[in-house]
Amino acid sequence: MTNAQPILQMNGIRKSFPGVRALKGVDFRLFPGEVHALMGENGAGKSTLIKTLTGVYAVDEGSVLLEGRPIRVHSPQEAQAAGISTVYQEVNLCPNLSVAENIFIGREPRGFGGIRWKEINRKAEELLSERLNLRIDVQRMLNTYPVAIQQLVAIARALSVSAKVLILDEPTSSLDSNEVNQLFAIIRKLKGEGMAILFVTHFLDQVYEVSDRITILRNGEFVGEYKAAELPRIELVSRMIGKELDVLEELPREAEEGLIDRKVWIEAAGLGRQGAIDPFDLAIREGEVVGLAGLLGSGRTEIARLFFGADRADRGTLKLAGEGGGVRSPREAIARGIGFCPENRKTEGIIDDLSVRENIVLAMQASRGWLRAISRKRQAEIAEEYIRALNINPPNPEHLVKNLSGGNQQKVILARWLLTEPKLLILDEPTRGIDVGAKAEIQKLVLALSRKGMSVLFVSSELEEVLRVSGRIAVLRDRRVVKEFEGQGIGQQQVMQAIAGG
Amino acid sequence: MNRMMKHHLFWPLSVLGALLLFNLVYSPDFFSIKMQGGQLYGNLIDILNFGAPLILVAIGMTLVIATKGIDLSVGSVVAIAGAMSCLTISKGADQNSLGLVLGAVGLALVLSLATGLWNGLLVCGFGIQPIIATLILMVAGRGIAQLITDGQIITLSSDRYKFIGAGSLAALPFSIFVVAAVFAAAALLTRRTALGLFIESVGTNPEASRLAGVRSNVVVLVVYMFCGLCAGIAGLLLSSNVSSADGNNAGLWYELDAILAVVIGGTSLNGGRFYLTGTLVGALIIQTLSTTIYSVGIAPEITLVVKAFVVLAVCLIQSESFRQAIAQRWRTRRYPGEKEVARHVS
Repeated sequence: MTNAQPILQMNGIRKSFPGVRALKGVDFRLFPGEVHALMGENGAGKSTLIKTLTGVYAVDEGSVLLEGRPIRVHSPQEAQAAGISTVYQEVNLCPNLSVAENIFIGREPRGFGGIRWKEINRKAEELLSERLNLRIDVQRMLNTYPVAIQQLVAIARALSVSAKVLILDEPTSSLDSNEVNQLFAIIRKLKGEGMAILFVTHFLDQVYEVSDRITILRNGEFVGEYKAAELPRIELVSRMIGKELDVLEELPREAEEGLIDRKVWIEAAGLGRQGAIDPFDLAIREGEVVGLAGLLGSGRTEIARLFFGADRADRGTLKLAGEGGGVRSPREAIARGIGFCPENRKTEGIIDDLSVRENIVLAMQASRGWLRAISRKRQAEIAEEYIRALNINPPNPEHLVKNLSGGNQQKVILARWLLTEPKLLILDEPTRGIDVGAKAEIQKLVLALSRKGMSVLFVSSELEEVLRVSGRIAVLRDRRVVKEFEGQGIGQQQVMQAIAGG
Repeated sequence: MNRMMKHHLFWPLSVLGALLLFNLVYSPDFFSIKMQGGQLYGNLIDILNFGAPLILVAIGMTLVIATKGIDLSVGSVVAIAGAMSCLTISKGADQNSLGLVLGAVGLALVLSLATGLWNGLLVCGFGIQPIIATLILMVAGRGIAQLITDGQIITLSSDRYKFIGAGSLAALPFSIFVVAAVFAAAALLTRRTALGLFIESVGTNPEASRLAGVRSNVVVLVVYMFCGLCAGIAGLLLSSNVSSADGNNAGLWYELDAILAVVIGGTSLNGGRFYLTGTLVGALIIQTLSTTIYSVGIAPEITLVVKAFVVLAVCLIQSESFRQAIAQRWRTRRYPGEKEVARHVS
């Protein structure tokens, strides 16, 4: 590989925005027939680098060579024409057009009297089946397919414009592990065909599974380029974070013996909801962290939502602190001492046009009712307090929450619930899409809270993380609770087996 | 200066100032206010007085729009309220009796609250899109108003009732006090209690608000009822001012002017943040514009065209992205992405 010519070479790329130097001389090489992971924490400059490459931003300094020739692209269209295609994290296709239309939109083969629909459909089918091993009805609307298929359609679209370089920006963040495997099979196939693939992700497992080389950025600076096989995980993480960090290896754990005698705070018996989750039993003691493990769609989120009253259970009972009656609405759940950080931070968590301060006080104010307003001064004090405690950045209570990074938005939602002093905090994917440092902070916080007596229901698709924080783990498969593990030293292997079943 | 320009009231106030300045240049005695028979007269007083119903309707509309809704029925509610009170008074033996007038006013206000309740139920109870839900009453409401007046124009000779829209208090038109009271009530209700926070959070993200424990439905219901009430009060002012009720024409197209006033005032039709003071200025801009068009003597057949162009210009000046597009066109003509960045940074 070393003797080959890189298809893409970026040298000393610099890019400043008013007040921020986003890239401070970054080098990047991409060879044909390789998968190259671009790693870095949030704000390290990954997105900026990709955007300079695809012509969204101008390069201030430095050169970009494509196949040895210097290029300057001024728009994503020009980048595409030059052979650089990008598939973004959120699928940006048109959900209400057909699969075939999505692939060929803007480049429809035209004939006398209009677009040749038959040709479009035939070409789309060919493209999907030959290059991606995907046989689907291309005339159906895109949004009738799961996100994973939509992702593949986006890739097909990228391929159809004769791409030499394919950029995948966090393509796996909304896929379950089967779908990820399917995607990786396709990535390997494309790689075999000589495609150069730039891959961005937060999942370390995936980096090692699929990529050949790794480039690390930190604070806009180029840290280094490594062969994936020669870079141990812990090394990778510490280079991304920039300090020797063992937060990911070990978290301070309380001895859990005392827990057995504690009172059960919430207890579900035969709780279920038609079409969402089969009846299950689950109890959480005071001060206990219970993890839910399972694949995407296995019913993890459904349990969380039933506990919070976000969806109504249609069978079984839920007892809180020994009292029955269940929870019929989020309002009731909050009144009875439950807090809930939903899976989908953007659409169900933050109120993006409001300030950090308003987002933090919202749940408490809602439970006080509209008449007993928290004074502006008190709100500011509360916000300042939690900004300090959770290390929210930027530390300005009047900042609009939509301008914060994902990790900080998550902390704002956490602050919202901590303020209501819940007995049980439900965290559904609290660390999705946020950087390693913030992840570790949130995990530590969970353990600290449980030490203070708060119960936590912890849902995550990252098994390692579930293992790290939970004292007990319930495993879900196909909308059923299939197994429970208890005590220290739950083996990753056992849990995986339970998840996979068979 | 920069901070001043970023304030949400900067552009609305500049436009209002420019309009007034134009008038001053055109007719130097535009600002003069005379005292006659214990009452103040002048163009500025007229703008406030004639603009009162629009301001009222726009205040209610602001809150509805803040919840990502819209209320097209306000014009019809104006007619219904006027018709109801006039009918009640005209049926009375003594049109000047205080009890009768108060009763009529009360009845009209209860009825307008009920129209708001109806809209609110359609929107949050049945989940009908606000524009469709309120369209129903916009159309049907005219019919209801005509049903109340029996298709006739009811005229009154009640001095007590006439006072609401044409009387004066402390040398100023009484309607100004009504507007001031409603505006103060709206401001206190939304900013001194948590209602404003709830409205903004429901308008920005209803699902997230529900999961944070906000009773979105109640908030939406209250807001539509308040909007109905505001329209009702506006209907009283209008019908009392002319001592008659016209089910057909009272409050015609008010919904459009009100929506315009809200938007000029800086509240986005996408819901979320709302600005009551902005709406007030927006309504004054529209009223001043109408007055200006008359006083300049533009031919009646093209007044609407002139108004349309001024409104278009106002909206464009207001739009931050439009201003930036103009300012940045040269610098960033090749990289559209930079525009995004510049917008977020500045």
